[in-house]
Amino acid sequence: MTKNKPKIVIVDYGVGNLHSLVKAFQFFNADVSVSEEATIVKAADAVVLPGVGSFEAGMRGLKVRDLVGVVKESADADKPMLGICLGAQLMLAKGYEFGEFNGLDIMPGKVVRFPEAKTGDKVPHIGWNSVYAGKEKTWDNSALRNLPQNFNAYFVHSYILVPDSKDQILGLTNYGGYEFCSIMKKGNVYASQFHPEKSGTVGLEIIKNFIQSI
Amino acid sequence: MKNVRIIPRLDIKGPNVVKPVHTEALRVVGNPKELIQRYYREGADEIIYMDIVASLYQRNLDFDLLKSVTDGIFIPFTVGGGIRSIHDINSALRSGADKVAINTFAIHHPEFITEAAKEFGSQCVVLSIEAKKQPNGTWEAYTDGGREPSGVDAVAWAKKGMELGAGEIMITSIDRDGTRRGYDLELIKRITDFAIVPVIVYGGAGSPEQVKNVILEGKADAAAAASVFHYKDFSIGDLKKYLKEENINVRLL
Repeated sequence: MTKNKPKIVIVDYGVGNLHSLVKAFQFFNADVSVSEEATIVKAADAVVLPGVGSFEAGMRGLKVRDLVGVVKESADADKPMLGICLGAQLMLAKGYEFGEFNGLDIMPGKVVRFPEAKTGDKVPHIGWNSVYAGKEKTWDNSALRNLPQNFNAYFVHSYILVPDSKDQILGLTNYGGYEFCSIMKKGNVYASQFHPEKSGTVGLEIIKNFIQSI
Repeated sequence: MKNVRIIPRLDIKGPNVVKPVHTEALRVVGNPKELIQRYYREGADEIIYMDIVASLYQRNLDFDLLKSVTDGIFIPFTVGGGIRSIHDINSALRSGADKVAINTFAIHHPEFITEAAKEFGSQCVVLSIEAKKQPNGTWEAYTDGGREPSGVDAVAWAKKGMELGAGEIMITSIDRDGTRRGYDLELIKRITDFAIVPVIVYGGAGSPEQVKNVILEGKADAAAAASVFHYKDFSIGDLKKYLKEENINVRLL
């Protein structure tokens, strides 16, 4: 019998690499399911918003399934949440991909295109890059606890998280000389620009920490 | 300098990994699951998984097989072969793919690149170009697993593809494919010269030095190879160690 195993729901809003994510949670025998039903998301102990997709398509996917309210309520209740890539971006107030769109506004901030003129590097930023804590930041008591500074994680994105306040920056990454926020944390809610489920053993460690925090 | 990616490429036909020479003359290499697990352990940065007959036979790739081989592998997969609709991309993403590679359908319907980028984001859309050198010194793009000439200039098509919204270009030299004679640096430089998105190069890798050259001279963002890894000429780990010693940034396990 699976006694008191926390229920984790991966929100299916039409876009996202769902299979890999499910497998990563199952790797740790988590009680994980994929759902597009608001009632099931509401009943879950933890909510995962997956990645891959454009901002507008992502918000549209949440709206047509009536999921915006329940996801926002989960964040208001400080339920453990993990947004990944596009899922992380949707957690912010506004997105500027193919226009200007309102996000979920769970985290104060906006999502803008990588300033490639500054980086001199190519956009999308695709590949492995290191994640480090900002000044006076600690990863204790977060899903990044026990990870080494400058661990390598997998990124694939053209847009970046721009938090309103530095307080919510958990990790930073430098691409072509341009430093950006690669993971945010507000209470129990995480917004991760990189893909833990695609970052090998290091990424699995983050998922394990997240599961244990539920 | 950012990390350069080292990517094994698996060409799939039926249940097997095969290795063509000049995109033809297929030889069965082995079982995709076993190869992928080996490459994951060796430190591959991604996996490219291409059903090389799907377009030719006008069918979809085997999503169940894809699901089974991506199981337990926590690095990114770029998947191609017969992708011709938003639904196909969704099916691939739901079977373990993170990005899709599109060649044949995009050549016949360039607007599909834009449509796919709008739905899934540019970063999800890899334009795969299989190029064959012509007597006049240009390169022509081929479709259907490198079998059919398209009449489209490969270099111009790469440029157009980026403008249409492709987030990456995978450029294959049909002439070098399976030969281990080295990447087609001339072709690659023509594209990396103007590329505003990452370029994955493929076709001809035969030695670690050639991989170094395609990164330093060819300005490749990612080097893909098949034969040298499949037949264990050297491992991905050995290659990365060599590149690191040559002052090229790579992710080491």
